[in-house]
Amino acid sequence: MEIPYTVEERPDTGLANGKLGIWLFLASEVMLFGALFSTYIILRVGAAEWPHGELNVWLGMANTFILIGSSVTMVMAWASLKMNQWAKHRMYLILTFALAALFLVNKYFEYADHLRRGEGPWHSTFLAIYFTLTGLHGIHIVGGMIVMGYFIGPGAKLWKKNQEQFANRIEYTGLYWHFVDLVWIFLFPVLYLL
Amino acid sequence: MEVAAGNEAELRYAREKMDNASTVGPPVHGHVQEHEHHEELGFWRKYIFSVDHKVIGIQYSLTGLFFLLFGFTLMMLMRYQLAFPGSPIPLVGNLFGQDKAPGGIMLPEFYNQLGAMHGTIMVFMGVVPLAVGGFGNFVMPLQIGAPDMAFPKINMMSYWVYFLGGLVMLASFFLPGGAAQSGWTSYPPLSVITATNGQTMWLIGMIFLITSSLLGSLNFIVTIVQLRARGLSYMRLPFFVWAQFVTSFLLLLAFPPLEAAGVLQLMDKVAGTSFFMPSGLVVSGKIVPGSGGGNPILWQHLFWFLAHPEVYVLILPAMGIVSEVIANNTRKPLWGYRAMVYSVVFLGFMSFIVWAHHMFMTGMGTTMSAFFQTTTMIISIPSVVILTALLLSLWGASIRFTTPMLFALAFLPMFGIGGLTGLPLGLAPPDIHLHDTYYVIGHFHYVVAPGTIFALFAGIYYWFPKATGRRMNEALGWIHFWGSFVCINAVFMPMFIQGLGGMNRRMYDGGAQYAHNAPLLKWNVMIGFAAWGLGLFQIPFIINFFASIKWGKVVDRNPWESTTLEWSAPSPPGHGNFLTEPVVYRGPYEYSVPGAAKDFTPQFEPERA
Repeated sequence: MEIPYTVEERPDTGLANGKLGIWLFLASEVMLFGALFSTYIILRVGAAEWPHGELNVWLGMANTFILIGSSVTMVMAWASLKMNQWAKHRMYLILTFALAALFLVNKYFEYADHLRRGEGPWHSTFLAIYFTLTGLHGIHIVGGMIVMGYFIGPGAKLWKKNQEQFANRIEYTGLYWHFVDLVWIFLFPVLYLL
Repeated sequence: MEVAAGNEAELRYAREKMDNASTVGPPVHGHVQEHEHHEELGFWRKYIFSVDHKVIGIQYSLTGLFFLLFGFTLMMLMRYQLAFPGSPIPLVGNLFGQDKAPGGIMLPEFYNQLGAMHGTIMVFMGVVPLAVGGFGNFVMPLQIGAPDMAFPKINMMSYWVYFLGGLVMLASFFLPGGAAQSGWTSYPPLSVITATNGQTMWLIGMIFLITSSLLGSLNFIVTIVQLRARGLSYMRLPFFVWAQFVTSFLLLLAFPPLEAAGVLQLMDKVAGTSFFMPSGLVVSGKIVPGSGGGNPILWQHLFWFLAHPEVYVLILPAMGIVSEVIANNTRKPLWGYRAMVYSVVFLGFMSFIVWAHHMFMTGMGTTMSAFFQTTTMIISIPSVVILTALLLSLWGASIRFTTPMLFALAFLPMFGIGGLTGLPLGLAPPDIHLHDTYYVIGHFHYVVAPGTIFALFAGIYYWFPKATGRRMNEALGWIHFWGSFVCINAVFMPMFIQGLGGMNRRMYDGGAQYAHNAPLLKWNVMIGFAAWGLGLFQIPFIINFFASIKWGKVVDRNPWESTTLEWSAPSPPGHGNFLTEPVVYRGPYEYSVPGAAKDFTPQFEPERA
């Protein structure tokens, strides 16, 4: 048995199943982070005072550029597949994976710095929302890395069997990755600058 | 010559219609050829870790039915405490141990655990998995002529994540201190300051259940959009599919805020944050440690942002099932199909902007109250449209009183009572009097218990022949229906009287400590006996269900002489569902078409030239 439209597009909707699926998933993610950002607003509006300058803006900025860079390499990984350049695809995908890892290393230093001073999420409302939002975002980064790791490793076999399907999967991974990037683009000013 | 020319024109017209239809539908190749030589799967792949939507649907249904029975058992225990406060529970009282019921007498903490878990289990692990995971999974792909769900593996994962969530919830009863005990709504600060770990387990369980419903709902939407059979346009979809479609959007978009809220409360429980903990909170004479600055009302907003759409997650699939059963047993098209479809879409949209009518008591201000009262009154309109359309469908029909039809017919007045008694709760002034009384309990149970659960029973009796190839026994079904119908009304009707009299809904002793409850207490005894009677009347159903799998009357493909696509597949359908690729030629409810040879013209029957 074969499910229709796993690879090819359905003519009247112009979509393959996976494309619609990933967009619906992202819609639900928007609601998840939307609720958390709303929480941030409500807590901040209700707070008597709000701390400034708690976070290292330079580390945050570095991470912003790392993630934007990883989004670019992710697009390149997909585009190289479309141009049938397998070696380039491998390079860009591994680069994306490495940039994601670099982001987490950076984040680790930020976390460790706070925890060393005994300032965990229990310390203040600001740090509570900071750790929760960046923690959930970090889990999303790890999730993306697991998917990329799969396509660097065992998932790469699919390229030999079905090039279009493999390219689609990288495209969907990319959509997810851009979303994770976009969440950080919101997080950085909200937590580090405002 | 002329006659021949006329025929030719007609033929060409028919062919063109077919061609138009063929632009929307799966390609002609596909599962048909595959079907000839599929390999036999082993037991584990076929029945346990199956990717077949029908097996997963049955897994969901059986697990959901188990949890419904389990949640109902919790309530039967609570009802003993309410009917006879402080007396030992007969027969089973000694099984619960010293920390729950010493000497068989229920402790207040245990009563609270039963209450919180009854609500959680019934809503999140009983009704929704049965209505959406069970019926949606089994029936929807068949009704749209799909070989399976769009993502079969995600479908399997969705069931097993739900199963894990259920296990976490069940396991929490065995923790020291027992399960969550702050109500199914888990309002902080109470839920956070309760020292036991039951609430932490509840939150982890909920995160599993939410993840499961996310995976399920996106699968449903993709399947309905992408895998409709050739010729099955949106306005030819059976109403049940529409109901599942809207339900899936509610699950997809309303559940994530609760997931966020669950994560935040989990942080409050385990990481010592104060998202929902206000500054200077004093419990038992001591200031609660923590940074403070949190907002308990925030939880209520996030919770009800899910939990109000959740009400429609509970009711829409039920309306879908009832529509199918009523159309089939009145042998008439549904009255106002299009109006019903527009109503269900509008209902889904509106359900996102009514949530704060649960929160009139929080002092949120008159402007907010006015807004949410208005939206609440507006949302009752599409519900009334759907119910009226179903009621008018009965007009002038020669009704077949089969067991599924009895349950479907009972749904109409029961949901009607539930809906109408909700109107005073949607307006702030009467709500201030009725809030947190048994009136509220009576209201939402009329919607969900004799409403939704009766519809689910209708669905089980109706689609049982498709799932097993055998029919359930009508006599046992008749006993099940009438017994349940009488008992369930005897359970919930007196609650309106108690609630209007001011009896609070969460009293461990049934409210005996308050003088104004004195004339209302006698109802507790009656409700108790009616609830246990209701339990007894489920026995014929359980016997019927299992015995019919083995000894029920064998049926062919279309025992109810129905028009929708699922009845063109074998009973039970094999992996891949249809023997030949289904093509749809007409709308879903073409019953008693004037001039037709029989009183039903199925969607899959080609037009005669």
